[in-house]
Amino acid sequence: MVELGDKKKHAHTLLPSEPVLRVKAIETLLVEKGLIDPAAIDAMVEAFEGRIGPKNGARVVAKAWKNPEYRARLLLDASGAIAELGYSGLQGEHMVAIENTDDVHNLVVCTLCSCYPWPVLGVPPAWYKSPAYRARAVRDPRGVLAEFGVNLSMDTDIQVWDSTSEIRYLVIPQRPEGTESYSEETLASLVTRNSMVGTGIVTIPEIKKG
Amino acid sequence: MDGIHDLGGMEGFGSLQIEENEPVFHADWEARTMAMRVLMGFWRKWNIDAGRHSVENLPPADYLGFSYYEKWLASLVNLMVGAELVTVDEVKNGFPATTAKKSIPPIDAAGLEAYLPVGKPAMRELGTKPQFSVGDRVHTLSHMPSGHHRLPRYIRGHFGEIILHHGAHVFPDTNACFAGENPQHLYTVRFSIKELWGGDAGLRDTVSADLWETYLEPE
Repeated sequence: MVELGDKKKHAHTLLPSEPVLRVKAIETLLVEKGLIDPAAIDAMVEAFEGRIGPKNGARVVAKAWKNPEYRARLLLDASGAIAELGYSGLQGEHMVAIENTDDVHNLVVCTLCSCYPWPVLGVPPAWYKSPAYRARAVRDPRGVLAEFGVNLSMDTDIQVWDSTSEIRYLVIPQRPEGTESYSEETLASLVTRNSMVGTGIVTIPEIKKG
Repeated sequence: MDGIHDLGGMEGFGSLQIEENEPVFHADWEARTMAMRVLMGFWRKWNIDAGRHSVENLPPADYLGFSYYEKWLASLVNLMVGAELVTVDEVKNGFPATTAKKSIPPIDAAGLEAYLPVGKPAMRELGTKPQFSVGDRVHTLSHMPSGHHRLPRYIRGHFGEIILHHGAHVFPDTNACFAGENPQHLYTVRFSIKELWGGDAGLRDTVSADLWETYLEPE
């Protein structure tokens, strides 16, 4: 028998089993009680399905590749440099930029939950939040990277960053060779979300070569 | 707490499931759950650390069995019942109690638009000087209390090096149980993977974590 204390602690067990119905039931209850504004829910969803996502981070990276002064500012004060492009705030209040080089490859994880730099990357993909990634990234980063198709030489050191505080990390991937003439906009179009977490390498798609 | 959430280094989870061209949300209910969790925070009945602790307190089988946003929803319901924003009966019935008064939501769409670019900074002014400097060797605590904290099991009782100092940040351990923000100096500490896990692979590979001053002692 479930005691009332347990019921209160684990009230979620009283909800319908189907997530769609569960969420609908809670939203209806909160709206009817005047606890939440459904228009604010819509605005939040719209923001994260639209303007807040990895395209923002890609613009930051492309600018850092193109502009050495900006790169220096980004490495010194990432929050400030990122805000110059209009990206700031929730889950990115305290940013640190970490740069990949020939010698060092950076990889970001949150082993305790799912901390991720929302203003520049949006909400995290499922793999980032999965127990497998959170468990393995700090113990077997080379094995994890290999599953993403990133095979690094043993001469490249791996630096894993476990996001245990409100500091949020953005990886500046290496700029692919042969892109010297590319515009900032074209460069930004090459930068993938995974490359800014450290699970990808930026490459030039065949169509853009030649 | 030594909960199921503290996953760093655990084995047996198998290979990664990587979805190509993954959508931001897989279903509308996921998006609405994410939004509700952020917006209900504006009642100021809990804070980010209490919110995390609530997820950690889900029964371990649920923690691993639930999808990500199912965890968020379950924890949100538990937080709201704990804060008496809704009652157990209201959750069960799906409608307000006949005696319930209608409230006014603490934030609307315009308020949210103003909030997103600002967020909730965790950095605070602190009069006391940092105990450690960049370059110092430190040792992490071996034992932690049962409440919320942010010192993962896999880096307890290990030696590392301070590589960044971030000023003072809200201390999650006390904030999560509403015992105050008690800001402390926060550092990024770098550990050798060999020191953490043994073995010979990637001898120079490292793991860094952000740790509060009281998690650390001088070498």
